[in-house]
Amino acid sequence: MKINYRLVRSPAPAWFSAIIPLLAIVVTFLITSVFIIIAGANPFEAYYYFLISPLTSKIGILEVLVKSTPLILTGAAVTIAFASGYWNIGAEGQLYAGAVAAAWLGTTLIGVPQPAAILIMLLGGFIAGMLWALIPAILKVKLSVDEVVTTLLMNYVALFFVSALLNGPWRDPVSNWPQSPDILASTMMPKLFPPSRLHFGFIVGVLAVVTIWFILSRTGLGMRMRSVGMGQEAARFMGVKIGRTMFITALISGGIAGLAGVTEVAGIHFHLIDAISPGYGYTGIIAATLGNLNPFGSMAASLFLGLISTGSQAVSRSLGVPTFLGDVVQATLLLVTLAMFLLRNYTLRKVE
Amino acid sequence: MEIILFIQNLLAATLRVATPLMFGTMGELFAERSGVLNLGIEGTMFLGAFVGFTVASFTGSLWLGVLAALFAGGLAGLLMSFFAVRLGVNQHVSGLGITLLLVSLSLFFFRIIFGENQLPPKIEPFPQMTFLEGVPFLGPILAQYALTYIAILLVPLVWWILFRTNFGLDIRAVGENPEAADAAGVNVYRTRHIALAIGGGLMAVGGAFLTLAQLGSFTFGIIAGRGWVCIALIIFANWQPQRVLWGALLFGGIFALQLRLQTTGLKLPYEAFLALPYIVTIIALAITGRKATGPAAVLKPYKRE
Repeated sequence: MKINYRLVRSPAPAWFSAIIPLLAIVVTFLITSVFIIIAGANPFEAYYYFLISPLTSKIGILEVLVKSTPLILTGAAVTIAFASGYWNIGAEGQLYAGAVAAAWLGTTLIGVPQPAAILIMLLGGFIAGMLWALIPAILKVKLSVDEVVTTLLMNYVALFFVSALLNGPWRDPVSNWPQSPDILASTMMPKLFPPSRLHFGFIVGVLAVVTIWFILSRTGLGMRMRSVGMGQEAARFMGVKIGRTMFITALISGGIAGLAGVTEVAGIHFHLIDAISPGYGYTGIIAATLGNLNPFGSMAASLFLGLISTGSQAVSRSLGVPTFLGDVVQATLLLVTLAMFLLRNYTLRKVE
Repeated sequence: MEIILFIQNLLAATLRVATPLMFGTMGELFAERSGVLNLGIEGTMFLGAFVGFTVASFTGSLWLGVLAALFAGGLAGLLMSFFAVRLGVNQHVSGLGITLLLVSLSLFFFRIIFGENQLPPKIEPFPQMTFLEGVPFLGPILAQYALTYIAILLVPLVWWILFRTNFGLDIRAVGENPEAADAAGVNVYRTRHIALAIGGGLMAVGGAFLTLAQLGSFTFGIIAGRGWVCIALIIFANWQPQRVLWGALLFGGIFALQLRLQTTGLKLPYEAFLALPYIVTIIALAITGRKATGPAAVLKPYKRE
């Protein structure tokens, strides 16, 4: 008797759905090893530097957390937006808005004790990110203008705004570099495990993730948000005010992205530079998608993406492969995961 | 007459700046008319700029560079089509993913091929065509690159394809109502694959124009959001090819004007002028607002039962 197996359309077993992200990682590394070979390096060696070497020392592990911190926040910002059907691609610009607020408050809050100063900076960054998200949100809700395009364009406006500040009024008078004056010591995020750079911003990130998890899964607002995310007709049927819900979503998302700007200024750079984010807002979209729009999933993905970006520097230093390999791996992982998530709809059945 | 010279220069620059926008927007038009929002446009234009430059600098032939960009862009369109059409995954996320992938791959290979140079490698770019030099007043305005003329000719060509050929009818049918098109015997998947491949090719040529005609070199910020401006232009043009021309010229004019305003000594930081085209785009979208209605099937993957 011959036994055949066939893929049929029916939900995959839970254990299989759970290991899809791991399979996606394996497939991603198979695909990207082609590029590593073209770059003249040994893929196994490259993967060692990518995935293992950053985790071989305590300081390395903490550095991965440092790199993950802004991604946890932008990932959380994108997660709450996408889960609620609002396509905020503007986390990058909102991050810059938060960074501007932090750089300004960080030089202004003279005499304010550190805990209060940091709280004010976080609040200021949240508000700045909200304000940067405001115009696309109003246009979406009042004039039904597609938010994808407007949030993307606002990213470029934010970059020019920052660059105008840094080449104009905020240019460092001492060095004449396009960077803002250093913030006060009392406004810097405390280090968690010196001498590592890991700072209080990581805890802010974790708190933000827990908060959006709570909002999305434990509150009436979150239920309304998710109903809009599942489809406007369903939401309308449930009597949800769609415009109002989207507006609130957009502002919360923008605010959380703004926090990422605060943690980078007050935790890492201590002043504003125009390269404060190498695309954290866009990487946040990868994190949110890999995490399947689940807040904790997005956080786990951010940690992994942080590992990749730490690792890409090690690969570059040790094997001379361009650091852009890290971005290639992240983007490939996004596309592979998107495709492999489809396997959740299939299961292997025995047919006789 | 200084004012005449200023106007001539401004109009000539407008056509130059509008060229990549026209290629990009026409490319996106093919995608969206067939029912797919291709957010891979920014990355596809970036890929075109990189591939065009690289092939031209190794073969010494600028036109081979354009062809290579066209081909690479077609492949990028097929990649988008694989995700959005064949697999039917979310078009926003897959499009952005393709942009991230193509930008990082281009940068990765640029570093491998050209190394880390202090000065960016350069090629001798396309010359401007001067066969209409003798025309009074218009002569200097019409001294443009061949690709600019091709971009203008694309407008009637794309209109003709979309509205006067069976293939164009198929594209519009699968973009509006794929179920009905399928019932009428149109292969929805294949039509969308072809539309996305053509669209990707056009986008990439738009990117190649920047390296092969306008600049003669490849820089990391070369596309700088032009792809997103194209997405906005489509909405502004209400998905009509003939209106794409006016939209692209209007935005080209604003780009060109801001470059000239920077040198007039107005008391504003130059970044305010650089940001102007993006702000104007947002304002234009706000004005177009509710009136914009795209093809009905955009963002909805088609599953054949």
